[in-house]
Amino acid sequence: MEILNMEFLLASAVGIVTAAGIYLILRRRTFPVILGLSLLTYGVNIFLFATGRLMVNAPPVLNKYAEVPYTDPLPQALVLTAIVISFGMTAVVVMIALAAYLSSKDDLIDMPNHPEDEGENA
Amino acid sequence: MSLFLIAALPFLGALFPALLIRAGRNASASAAGLTSFLAFVGLMLHAPAVFRGEVIQVGVDWLPALGLNANFFLDGLGFLFASMILGIGLLIILYARFYLSREDPMGQFYTYLLLFQGAMVGIVLSDNILLLLIFWELTSLSSFLLIGFWKHLPEGRQGARMALAVTGTGGLAMIGGMMILGNIAGSYDLSVILQNKDLIQSSPLYLPALILILLGCFTKSAQFPFHFWLPHAMAAPTPVSAYLHSATMVKAGLFLMARLWPVLAGTPEWFYIVATTGLVTMVLGAVIALFKDDLKALLAFSTVSHLGLITMLLGFGTKIAAVTAVFHIINHATFKAALFLSAGIVDHEAHTRDIKRLGGLRHLMPVTATIAIVAALSMAGVPPFNGFLSKEMMLEETVHTLWGSSQYLVPGLALLAALFSAAYSFRFIGHVFMGQTREDYPAHPHDPGVGMWMGPALLVVLVVLIGLFSATLAGPLVAVAAGAVIGGADLPYYSLKLWHGVTPALYMSAVAVGGGFVLFKLHRPLAAAWNGAPRPEAKQIFDGLLRGLTKLSQLITDGLHNGAITRYAAVMMLFIIGLSYYAYSTGTLAAATRTVQSVGPIPIIAWFCLLVATLAVVANHRQRQLSLVLIGVVGLVVSMGFNYLSAPDLALTQLSVEVVTMILLLLALNFMPKDSPVEAPVWVRVRDGGIAILGGLGAAALIYVLMLRDFSHPSISEYHLANSYKGGGGTNVVNVILVDFRGYDTFGEIIVLGIAALVIYALTEALLGSRVRAYLLNRKPDMPQAGDAHPMMMVVATRVMMPLALMVAAYIFFRGHNLPGGGFIAGLIAAIALLMQYMASGFSWAAERQRMFYHGTIGSGVLIAAATGLGSWFSDMPFLTSAFGYVDWPPLQEFEWATAALFDLGVFLAVVGAVLLALESLARFAWQPGMSSEHAMDINPARDDALAAKGEG
Repeated sequence: MEILNMEFLLASAVGIVTAAGIYLILRRRTFPVILGLSLLTYGVNIFLFATGRLMVNAPPVLNKYAEVPYTDPLPQALVLTAIVISFGMTAVVVMIALAAYLSSKDDLIDMPNHPEDEGENA
Repeated sequence: MSLFLIAALPFLGALFPALLIRAGRNASASAAGLTSFLAFVGLMLHAPAVFRGEVIQVGVDWLPALGLNANFFLDGLGFLFASMILGIGLLIILYARFYLSREDPMGQFYTYLLLFQGAMVGIVLSDNILLLLIFWELTSLSSFLLIGFWKHLPEGRQGARMALAVTGTGGLAMIGGMMILGNIAGSYDLSVILQNKDLIQSSPLYLPALILILLGCFTKSAQFPFHFWLPHAMAAPTPVSAYLHSATMVKAGLFLMARLWPVLAGTPEWFYIVATTGLVTMVLGAVIALFKDDLKALLAFSTVSHLGLITMLLGFGTKIAAVTAVFHIINHATFKAALFLSAGIVDHEAHTRDIKRLGGLRHLMPVTATIAIVAALSMAGVPPFNGFLSKEMMLEETVHTLWGSSQYLVPGLALLAALFSAAYSFRFIGHVFMGQTREDYPAHPHDPGVGMWMGPALLVVLVVLIGLFSATLAGPLVAVAAGAVIGGADLPYYSLKLWHGVTPALYMSAVAVGGGFVLFKLHRPLAAAWNGAPRPEAKQIFDGLLRGLTKLSQLITDGLHNGAITRYAAVMMLFIIGLSYYAYSTGTLAAATRTVQSVGPIPIIAWFCLLVATLAVVANHRQRQLSLVLIGVVGLVVSMGFNYLSAPDLALTQLSVEVVTMILLLLALNFMPKDSPVEAPVWVRVRDGGIAILGGLGAAALIYVLMLRDFSHPSISEYHLANSYKGGGGTNVVNVILVDFRGYDTFGEIIVLGIAALVIYALTEALLGSRVRAYLLNRKPDMPQAGDAHPMMMVVATRVMMPLALMVAAYIFFRGHNLPGGGFIAGLIAAIALLMQYMASGFSWAAERQRMFYHGTIGSGVLIAAATGLGSWFSDMPFLTSAFGYVDWPPLQEFEWATAALFDLGVFLAVVGAVLLALESLARFAWQPGMSSEHAMDINPARDDALAAKGEG
């Protein structure tokens, strides 16, 4: 099991989630694009988190009684706010998508005058 | 008065005229006048020092790292210009009070005028070229407002736009030139730059800097071939024309050439560019002016010609020519302002300024006629007025100037210009004021009230007095200003007097005046020939150029932005991938310094779940509800992963965000189609898949490589670990970073979150106010509805859960400083506790019982956080420094208090408010009449009517 080490698992998880996110972002309807953004957010958050390197059983909560190793707290703090902010971003995007759909009865993300769009009623 | 105040006064005063206009036009004008007057008096208080040859300096280092200092200095040149700007400004304010009609918004006018005045004073007092550039751009902007003041006139709008386009473009070029100049000299302070003549002139970048700076000066001062904007700017009200084109805006370019004269002048490049441009402009302007029938157009081209004259003198690069230039700046300002103002009076009284329709006005308006005739004679260069003096000195200089090897070119052309200059001046007198009184004026002209002719009269008195007693009156001013231009060197010998003896210049003056008179007499046949001859129309060329540029940019923009957002996304992704590949292929990769860690079976299972769930999301993304469930699985695995990899805070946050996001997406999906059609052809899907795989591989490889290496620089994380307890009073380092070390970031973050929620609220409001509302009200559900909208079990369970969930939130909140938790997570949990009630018992039931105002919650959260931060100022600490201590409450254990907890409370409130406001907004879409029941549960055994109600429904 030399290939299945922790770093490889995490890196491949980032890769899979990112690839899925990019693929969905390239779809033409708003909903898959929102899902794609969410997946990409996971990918980016895990990526940032992993820049602190991986450690098991070493949370950055100080132990007053023993000298124990701690993992890097800084990426965690960054990612924590990133998670919350990405919720805010998702909410705004969802709202815009919904408003666009309700106003035009159409959830294509491309502008209507674009030649590639066939006027299709969803 | 401090120079700061002098420069700031017009800006401060600009507020008042617009505000005071409600108190009447006199109040508004007085406020403007008082402002200018105060600034003028402040300037005059410095006069004794300036005349002693002192240079007054004030300054603060504003952004020293960028070399941008708010430094001002006042020397002779600055004093000359500032007194012209403020003094003539005062006269213009008086004149405009009577010139503008009742329909004109006078408050606005004075506000614009004072803004412009402030910008001009700023230019001439700046000691820092970056500061000068800011004021320079401000003059372009405020003059745009002034020229286009009569918004209803298309010529006004076009003229304003043209002026802005030309002077603004020149300003851009000048920014580049000034940057180069500052870089050569090593400082952006003028007083340093002016000391470095040799350094600047020997630099290889001297020529580019010179050309760029001159582009700015030439556009501003309407030099050929940029002269065309000035006549079009004449669509402005006459007080504006008089102010901008006699003493201020167009003189800004001259000012700058004079200001930089000590370091830029004296080279052949300077001579051939500046003197030639000036010479051409002078001749061209004078010739065109003779054939203009519009009084203001005649004066406009005459201004172009005189600006050319001064530019040419500065271009000669000799000291005596610089003295002459300074003297002519003074003289031109006096007679040209008087002429513009009298032209305005003629226009105002006769309701026309077409020379062909005027004549004989000296009988009808003797005061105006006297003023205008004296000023025009001065412009023609007739003794004993001041225009004669400087024009003769100019002619004298041309005689000594070689262009190439030609001795006659410069004096010949200068004489030609002087001849035409005399001719158009005579025409201004002869065709407007002389001759027989006519019967067909559009209105009966008569002299205006004293308020209007007072300004020009004062200027004309100066014209005469400077002419007669030049050495006494103008001598000292010319001396200090010219001394500043020349830059410290001794002034050359010159004498300001009427009679210099029989010199070549005297002959030339005589020829000019005599020839001018002949030309004037021949005007009729000459004008016929001129009008018959074809000539390029500058406005058409300019408009054509603009049209071409617009078309070009449209072509580029439309080519790149055709509305296919999918394509933008693909291009962006490919670009990022390409950029990363470039970075990879050109960089170096250090050897791995860390070893991989082995892993047990459970993480492998989790990884497998993630893999399957992600692939399933992609495979099933057209079935939207299914893909939502699947993406939830991904979120859960990510949370577990965080927990396993020593990030309990992240796991908690991810989990609660996951819940909220799911609810949000489900709410939105309720109104959207439940599946996506197959649209993209196979090759598009394969292409997108290719891009996606490339991106994924890149991200995976990057993080894999990164994780196997240590940081190349020491990380700041150690500092946080070491100081978390000592400095922040908490053992949960992540939380201490959030509320203490990086509290400022968090503060910004909750503001962003609050704004996002408000955006959602605003969108909802806008949408529900539009025709969408009708659609929503009449919408039929596209999916079968549950028979039981509010099932009893769920209602009861959520109500029991509510206090428990809130308790958990409180617990998580309080322990957050020392153990995993904190304001973000507690806020999310509290929001979920409330959301459960909405979901189980219905929107209206929950909303009725909830006295929470979400906007207020967000606001109070942000304010509490801010107040906590500000609190540290009271103990002389920087913003957001936290304080903490410990108290012992007997029944409890040692209890910690920290201001950081208060900050965390702000975070908590902002998160609760933002989440609930966002979801509540979305939920409001679902409201339909008759759907809110007064009971929370559809079936309630405690209620008698329940069965009956159900039976009917």
